[in-house]
Amino acid sequence: MCIIRASVTAVPQLLVSTVLLGGIYALIAVGLTLIFGIMRVVNFAHGEFLMLGMYLAFWAFTLLALDPYVLLFVSIPLFFGAGLLTYTLVMKGVIHASHNVQIFTTVGLSIALQNVALVLWTGDFRFVRPWYYSVVVRLGGTAFNLSQIAAFVVSVGFTVALFAFMKWSYTGRVMRATAQDRDAASLMGIDTDRVYGLTWAIGIVCVGVAGVLLAPLYPVYPTAGLQFVLLAYVVVVLGGLGDMVGALLGSLIVAAVEVVGSYVFGTAWKEVLYFLLFIAILLIRPAGLFGQRGTETLGV
Amino acid sequence: MLRAEGLNVAYGDFQVLWDASIRVGEGEIVCLLGPNGAGKSTLMNTLSGLLKPRTGRVEFRGKRIDRLPAHRIVAEGMSHVLERRRLFPYLTVRENLVLGAHHPGARRHREESLVHIEAIFPFLRERRQQLAHTLSGGEQQMVAIARGLMARPRLLMIDEPFLGLAPRVVEEIVAVIRRIHADGVTIIFIEQNVELALRLADRGYVLESGRTILEGSSPELLQSAEVKRIFLGGRAG
Ligand SMILES: Nc1ncnc2c1ncn2[C@@H]1O[C@H](COP(=O)(O)OP(=O)(O)O)[C@@H](O)[C@H]1O
Ligand SMILES: [Mg+2]
Repeated sequence: MCIIRASVTAVPQLLVSTVLLGGIYALIAVGLTLIFGIMRVVNFAHGEFLMLGMYLAFWAFTLLALDPYVLLFVSIPLFFGAGLLTYTLVMKGVIHASHNVQIFTTVGLSIALQNVALVLWTGDFRFVRPWYYSVVVRLGGTAFNLSQIAAFVVSVGFTVALFAFMKWSYTGRVMRATAQDRDAASLMGIDTDRVYGLTWAIGIVCVGVAGVLLAPLYPVYPTAGLQFVLLAYVVVVLGGLGDMVGALLGSLIVAAVEVVGSYVFGTAWKEVLYFLLFIAILLIRPAGLFGQRGTETLGV
Repeated sequence: MLRAEGLNVAYGDFQVLWDASIRVGEGEIVCLLGPNGAGKSTLMNTLSGLLKPRTGRVEFRGKRIDRLPAHRIVAEGMSHVLERRRLFPYLTVRENLVLGAHHPGARRHREESLVHIEAIFPFLRERRQQLAHTLSGGEQQMVAIARGLMARPRLLMIDEPFLGLAPRVVEEIVAVIRRIHADGVTIIFIEQNVELALRLADRGYVLESGRTILEGSSPELLQSAEVKRIFLGGRAG
């Protein structure tokens, strides 16, 4: 009885929390699904770029007193550059290799980046605490943190911009064409290796920006990316690998499971819950909940 | 215009082409004949740069191209329409055509190319916004050829343009190829039906087990005992 009464009054808060969290997860997941959809590579180092984004925000804040939201603008070209660099140095050599080789490569990149962070910055938990850190906004029985809203707004703005780019820009079409038929694309004069480099860099920008946005909300440490990226895999599989709209809806579902699950069972259970959900989805609909055309659509 | 000599091409350890050679002059229509699995598509894919030969060379308009990646060869004036059309299935007809003119030399003339192509294929005007995978087989073949033309090629290579099409549609495509040829484009195409192929082509090459075993004008090939053996062997006993 008690739980039920409590849950009725909590519904608006749970809803708002779900949407806020889902928006941020979407940005992480969209980058992952973009890279998979176009390059057919599962980026196991995705979380490490998130971690780098968090550290970037931390150091810029600590050393230069730069606010994470100001840093956003700088972080876009920075992560684009980091993306092109890792593509050229690491991914380019394995882009035509087997899936196994690609998995070893991105897992290797992940471990390397974690250890570089550990050596450079130790394993200490670090915190970014701008002035608005403790500002709580109350609205009609709900309360939320200002950084959460800011992260949500930027995240959604970014995701929408990426959608628009993929759907309507010429380069977006070139990327989709390459995903749909690589040989045909190169016969049109498209340099498909360059398309893959661009795709990788854009995916890295998404997750790097997400890291900057998350820095004021979560502790920063070398394996900080893991928790988020595990969840991004759940989101992406839920939505259908390579399906960007699916990734968006998947983010909301995972966020809902996390928010409601934590409320009902306690935070300790949230990961168990969404992995149960994950397994259930894989059993019922291996192509993902929204991936009606399976993994072959790639239509964005 | 095109000269390929001594091509040896393999998929991994499995060699498919053995010393294959062909020559095509400016303004010709040439067909590649041969039974299933003879290596016709492999040869065409090597010419357009999708596959790299182990040995041998390909020259196009006086320039060696066998080490160039496929996306660079298009810009040299060679356009390749793949077997089974291979449109971008989830892009519209218009988007497919626009991408056909991706390389800078073609992009500059994109709008006039579109006008020219819609004159050759009037049905495209009503289908601009349709997703490519929802077209019929014949329509897809037309769009694939149209997309190939968007690159403004001097040489158009078409792999099995008539595959799986109704006789009426086959005739339409024959007419389209003749028209493109009349506009000054050299043509190489692949076809397994000898009568149909040699009716359209000036000249042909016959491939068998990865070797270019025979070459001749269409009337010569129609008379050839060798051609009868390869293509009618089963029927004639
Ligand atoms: N991607 C590939 N990998 C391995 N073998 C292939 C591949 N493509 C074609 N082959 C083999 O090469 C031979 C020639 O194929 P192909 O060039 O497609 O013949 P054709 O177009 O004359 O029917 C066949 O034995 C075929 O099985
Ligand atoms: Mg073939």
